[in-house]
Amino acid sequence: MGRNGYKDVVLAVPVTVPYVRYSIRSAHWFLGRAVAALIAGAKIPKARIDGLAVASFTLSPDTAVGLTQHLGMTLRWLDHVPMGGASGIVSIRRAARAVQNGDAEIVACISGDTNHTDSFRRNTASFSQFSQDAVYPYGSGGPNTSFAFLTSYYMRCYGAEREDFGKLCVAQRNNALKNPLALFKQPLTLDQYLNARPIADPLRLFDCVMPCAGAEGFLVMQRRTAESLGLPFARLLGAIERHNAFPDDPIQYRGGWALDRDELYEQAGIGPDDIDFLETYDDYPVINVLQLEDLGFCGKGEGPEFIRANTFEAEGTFPFNTSGGQLSAGQAGAAGGSLGLVEAIRQLTGQTLGARVADARHGLVSGFGMINYDRGICCGAVALAAV
Amino acid sequence: MKTKRKNKSPAAKARTKTELKTTPRKVGTNLHAQLSDLVASGGLRLVDLTQTLSPDFPPIVLPPEMGQSRPFRMETISRYDEGGPGWYWNNLSFGEHTGTHFDAPIHWISGRDLPDNALDTLPIEKFIAPACVIDCSTQASANADFVLTVGDIAAWEKRHGVIAAGSWVLMRTDWSKRTDPVAYQNFDETGQHTPGPDPECVRFLVNERNVLGFGTETIGTDAGQAAHFRPPYPCHYYMHGAGKYGLQCLCNLDLLPPTGALIIAAPLKILEGSGSPLRVLALVPARSRG
Amino acid sequence: MPEPLKRPKRKNPIVRTRQPTLPPQTRSRVALGLTAAVARGKLELQVCKDCSAVQYPPREVCRTCLSHRLVWRPSDGRGELLTDTVLHIPQELFFRERSPWRIGMVRLDSGVNVVVYVHQTVDAAPCRVRIEASLDRAGQAALIAVPENGRPDLFDDPKLREMTCDPRMRKILVTDGKSTTGQAIVRALAAAGADLIWIGQAEPWKKVAGFEALRELPKVVVVPLDVTDGRSVRELAGEIGGKVDILINTAEFHRTSGISSHRGVETAQLEMDVNYFGLLRLAQEFAPALKARAADGAMSAIAWVNLLSIFALANYPAHGTFSASKAAAYSLSQALRADLRHAGVRVINIFPGPIDDEWDQLELPPKLSPNALAGAVVQALKGSVEDVYPGDVAQDWLARHLDDEKALEREISEGGR
Repeated sequence: MGRNGYKDVVLAVPVTVPYVRYSIRSAHWFLGRAVAALIAGAKIPKARIDGLAVASFTLSPDTAVGLTQHLGMTLRWLDHVPMGGASGIVSIRRAARAVQNGDAEIVACISGDTNHTDSFRRNTASFSQFSQDAVYPYGSGGPNTSFAFLTSYYMRCYGAEREDFGKLCVAQRNNALKNPLALFKQPLTLDQYLNARPIADPLRLFDCVMPCAGAEGFLVMQRRTAESLGLPFARLLGAIERHNAFPDDPIQYRGGWALDRDELYEQAGIGPDDIDFLETYDDYPVINVLQLEDLGFCGKGEGPEFIRANTFEAEGTFPFNTSGGQLSAGQAGAAGGSLGLVEAIRQLTGQTLGARVADARHGLVSGFGMINYDRGICCGAVALAAV
Repeated sequence: MKTKRKNKSPAAKARTKTELKTTPRKVGTNLHAQLSDLVASGGLRLVDLTQTLSPDFPPIVLPPEMGQSRPFRMETISRYDEGGPGWYWNNLSFGEHTGTHFDAPIHWISGRDLPDNALDTLPIEKFIAPACVIDCSTQASANADFVLTVGDIAAWEKRHGVIAAGSWVLMRTDWSKRTDPVAYQNFDETGQHTPGPDPECVRFLVNERNVLGFGTETIGTDAGQAAHFRPPYPCHYYMHGAGKYGLQCLCNLDLLPPTGALIIAAPLKILEGSGSPLRVLALVPARSRG
Repeated sequence: MPEPLKRPKRKNPIVRTRQPTLPPQTRSRVALGLTAAVARGKLELQVCKDCSAVQYPPREVCRTCLSHRLVWRPSDGRGELLTDTVLHIPQELFFRERSPWRIGMVRLDSGVNVVVYVHQTVDAAPCRVRIEASLDRAGQAALIAVPENGRPDLFDDPKLREMTCDPRMRKILVTDGKSTTGQAIVRALAAAGADLIWIGQAEPWKKVAGFEALRELPKVVVVPLDVTDGRSVRELAGEIGGKVDILINTAEFHRTSGISSHRGVETAQLEMDVNYFGLLRLAQEFAPALKARAADGAMSAIAWVNLLSIFALANYPAHGTFSASKAAAYSLSQALRADLRHAGVRVINIFPGPIDDEWDQLELPPKLSPNALAGAVVQALKGSVEDVYPGDVAQDWLARHLDDEKALEREISEGGR
């Protein structure tokens, strides 16, 4: 079945509201500052933004609706995307169709969260009905428990070693050291990674992100709008999403990307070999490996081999999570789903803050989110290109 | 189980010993004969000052937020039936301050630390005492909120002499003749309206006359509106604070002379009791008029 | 390796007593169906009546055919442990205080995934397991993977021990230790390893067979306790309340009176005064003490057991006023359960049918022997249940009551059970 492509849809104005470990502000502050940065970066009046897609875990009791009045915006198109780490990708899919068909001209895609000292526990405790009923009461490990299960299973099935995951983490940290906005400023050695404090076997401290407060944002528009505004932009070549894929897999060892990646590359008109850098959703290393496999960079179960055969710094053989990813930059709640997108736009428009991938022409960004019970439900990916 | 009791004074302990000593039989027989002769000859009248304890008798009413005193209730255990073929008896339940009843000093916060202040430790000599009866029946029938003042006491003493120390002062209002419970309680939306003493009067009786206690025909030694006096409930506050007693729901005070009657008021010997229903009897020398 | 509990050292009196914390308490309504079954000692899962699919986590419509006709059915809990972890840094205080925890994911043979606690005798994943259901300290259902062919003692796994109210090494108050039932319970508790059993007696002047022998047991201390006397309850609570780990309320006044048996309410008043108000007096005096010690070391205050009656569920007219007093006690025990829940102290209600004693003399067999009842009480404490229906009659009445209360009401009043 043929699907319409994303001709002439572009992404511009990558913004980050700097991450802080804790903030007394509410999510509205970070999201509001993201919008402020977007209109400043685009040099447009606020009223020119006529579409808004919002992702946040801590905006309650507000949704995107409350934000419109809070920020004083009148909009033709509004979406609240509660898909965690897949929200950024899914926002693009929604916004792209809106701008393609004239339902909106300039859509701001923003995601962000605040972080109070008890935010993470509270958000996890009420994450989903299944989680409340059937996971959280057992040890209250939150996503640490879920990903410990996945990691343990994957390691057992495919012979991955902790060193493999560690290699990715170390490389991401090296990338982060060049990113002025990353929360982690110290290098990470493999030894430190391997011997860090245990969290939930086999996960240790550096397998886990640091929750923080912050926001990410970018604009989606038609190419001609970007050109008329004189904005550098990245082109949207293709986009996929899939929810609750492979429900009968006993344990999640593959995600929805495996079902749709061929279509993504076909839509984009490129293949995995054309990808110059990959930004995955990296709340735990194992999900990086699943994304590597399911997006076609290696076969299922070949992740460890792939990792051993490559280097992942921005200047390496396979540039990967070039701003450090969430594992080294920090996870500002739902902003984690747009961290890779914003970094990809920066790489493709030459506006990098830190490490730079040479001759970056094509980038792939992947999103994953919402461990509703025992597996991540939402998967998505976009293929982007430089002009 | 050992009972713990505060404030049993050495006097009380000595008293218990005295009670157990036997008295010579001769004196006892004589005393009873004397009494019987007096009553038979008309020289002595016995007057019952006690209302019948029944479920119909109006109980004390407190605001709903406070703990409630139980009204008098009787449940038959058996009445020559399958519960007990040869006998009749009942289980009773009631608050200590039900019907014609006695108030001990421990009943009020001002008396809580006094020695011998509970029913089981009261000195028994006090259970027989003279009474001064002050007739306020006319004033009370005209004004349900009538308060007895020092002036009223002064006027009474002018006619009948100074109130002797250790006497009961009984405020006759004929309130007991209100047999309709609604009229007896006399509530309206501002509370209860019944006569009683004012604070100054109570202080006078305690400090200047060292009375034994105060008695009324109403529920409560204090006036119905005494919550608004300063201090609230002055009769309870000052009387019990000075180790004095109270009697309530009396009747037949109109059959007593202003002075000269001897009251027998012996409450139940309840462990740490604050009060109890009791039989109040008056011995009235026949020569005096009611 | 199972870790049997060693006798804990004496408590350091100048260190603040641990305050109770609980595992997460919130569940959706539909998930409470799991708890309801566990409260009776059963593991049940939802099954779709239209397509037979087993459901987990609990839900409102079938995950396969979207039918709303989901019913709770017993499950044997057999499956495979697919993966597990040891959680070192939990987020909730309860788990932090007791970390680390072994948690796993089991794929049941019926095709659903279940997150579980993993008993320490279970091998590393993958392996075959069986799931058991328990109540956790928050009074919610907790699923535990145990070896497929074992019946390990929850008590021997230090993490799971707290799901039981095992009488081992504990100090227990039996409010009436003199009645035949009370005596049987005391003996059963002594045999089950209790450290100290206070047995209450209300009428010391009464000579009762077996009581003298009971007093001679080394672990037994006789204390005065009359549940109709508020002072008696208060004084005993003042003396021993701070040491009671388990309170078993056996005090009971049982007469065989219906509405028309005789005039007057005084027998009924006595039944209420012992069976209902007695519980209220005990609750007012002892509940605060138990709550304060609910997390007091390994031998904390842990349970309150009420000896009710199956007649609390459905009135037995021949013992009509007794039944009503037990119904009142049952209702009150629910208030007590809510009160004690926040400290994690479990209220266990025992609903026996007629017991083989003097007041049930005319009831037809099967009757429950005091020893059997005692055994059921000890089993309930060692296990993880809230509502116990020991004996055939209790089980029969319960089944009929759950099936259709009104039908049971009619059956009972048709003249005999």
